[in-house]
Amino acid sequence: MRRSPRRTPTPAPGSPRPPAPPSRRLLAVLVLACVTVMVLDVSADDSPVDPVRSAAAAVLGPIESGASSVVRPLTDLPATVRSHRALRAEVRDLERTNAELRRELARTALDRNRAAELDGLLAATEQTGYAVVPARVVGMGPAQNFTRTVTIDAGTAAGVRADQTVINAAGLVGRVLRADRHTATVLLVADASSVVGGRLASSMELGFVQGRGDVGGEGLLDLDLADGSVVPARGDVVVTWGSRAGAPYVAGIPIGTVQSVQSNPRDLTRSAIIEPLADFTSLDLVGVVVPADTESDRTVLGAEDKP
Amino acid sequence: MALVRSVTFTALVVVALVLQTSVFSHLALAGVVPNLVLLLVVAMAIARGPEAAAVLGLLAGLALDLMPPADHVAGRWALALVVVGYLAGRVRSDAGSSAVAAVVTVAACSFVGTSVFALTGLVLGDGGVTVVAVLKVVPVSVGYDVLVTPVVLPLALAVLRRLEATRVAW
Repeated sequence: MRRSPRRTPTPAPGSPRPPAPPSRRLLAVLVLACVTVMVLDVSADDSPVDPVRSAAAAVLGPIESGASSVVRPLTDLPATVRSHRALRAEVRDLERTNAELRRELARTALDRNRAAELDGLLAATEQTGYAVVPARVVGMGPAQNFTRTVTIDAGTAAGVRADQTVINAAGLVGRVLRADRHTATVLLVADASSVVGGRLASSMELGFVQGRGDVGGEGLLDLDLADGSVVPARGDVVVTWGSRAGAPYVAGIPIGTVQSVQSNPRDLTRSAIIEPLADFTSLDLVGVVVPADTESDRTVLGAEDKP
Repeated sequence: MALVRSVTFTALVVVALVLQTSVFSHLALAGVVPNLVLLLVVAMAIARGPEAAAVLGLLAGLALDLMPPADHVAGRWALALVVVGYLAGRVRSDAGSSAVAAVVTVAACSFVGTSVFALTGLVLGDGGVTVVAVLKVVPVSVGYDVLVTPVVLPLALAVLRRLEATRVAW
């Protein structure tokens, strides 16, 4: 609007510097291209963009996994140092100058931390009786995208399918939205569009647990109870009540604990604010609940004790 | 030569994407990570002008839309980055003139880009965009983008200008 409507869309080839007026036509074409992609992706139920998405996941997923495994030792280091401070101090006294030995020790400590994480997940599978495929979180969707999703490094090759439950040692993490060959996309329960059937473990009362789209800070969830006369107690544990054939959520996985209760006089329901057990900002090792007889390229935890 | 250029652009976009999803996710502020792809588009606009930047915006935006774990309607970041590339290209002579001008351009572009992305989400009713969330996320993302600009923008500009120099020589 500020410019006179001159139409010289293509600058002369070979003259990169002179300021040719920017092409409106090109802008229009590009914007139309974007709109076309959006319409294609939105309108059809079986989106034609999905194959492209899978192809992108096939190429970029392994790169994400690689980058993540490079960065992980660095990000794990603070926790390692903290939990093994006493051990490290002792080593420093003994071998103050031996830098190589110290580096080696840090590595063992890291391995031990990882083993502890794996033990936690193993314990979770023993308690719940489900078979899980272990996986690591290798990419996290930024808040700018407004959907709370993560990439995990297990895909269809490891037996992961869409609509399977994802847990970690603490509790419910989310569900698999889409599985590609070596990676899968997980929707966290904290996402604003995530709804999980929840049950108060103390009274068996049913409700729905909804995310707020907020993982940073407290990352709280809301529980809407079906029965308005039930008053959940602070600290009550909320578990999943599960769906038919365990998809997308299997039953009996702890989601969180009740932090506070509000009653809504208007529609005679009560809602509770739930503090999730899983820490969504520091997700690392997670497990995907799979059928016990799943063929997988990695060890399926908890599958061997099944008949 | 064109091959070298397209390979370099692809590599730059992939590096920005992977840094953004897998590395900066450990340094996220309230879940927000610096939008390195947007910075790359701004650098392209300063180095090469609006057309090149808008085209790069389309391609890089599509990659951002399709890369796991993105789960929104494809084309939303593409549209946002096309607009960013075009706008930044329109002010390229000012934006490239001083460091302060470049930072202001990045701030404006980050605001426009994230807002366009959020607006398309509101219009399409896609994936949890609420006005409250937008008001929370946009300032943080503008701030974070500005914070990484002094490191990322000169680096991207150096690579792009080097490419351009070889093209002129050729």
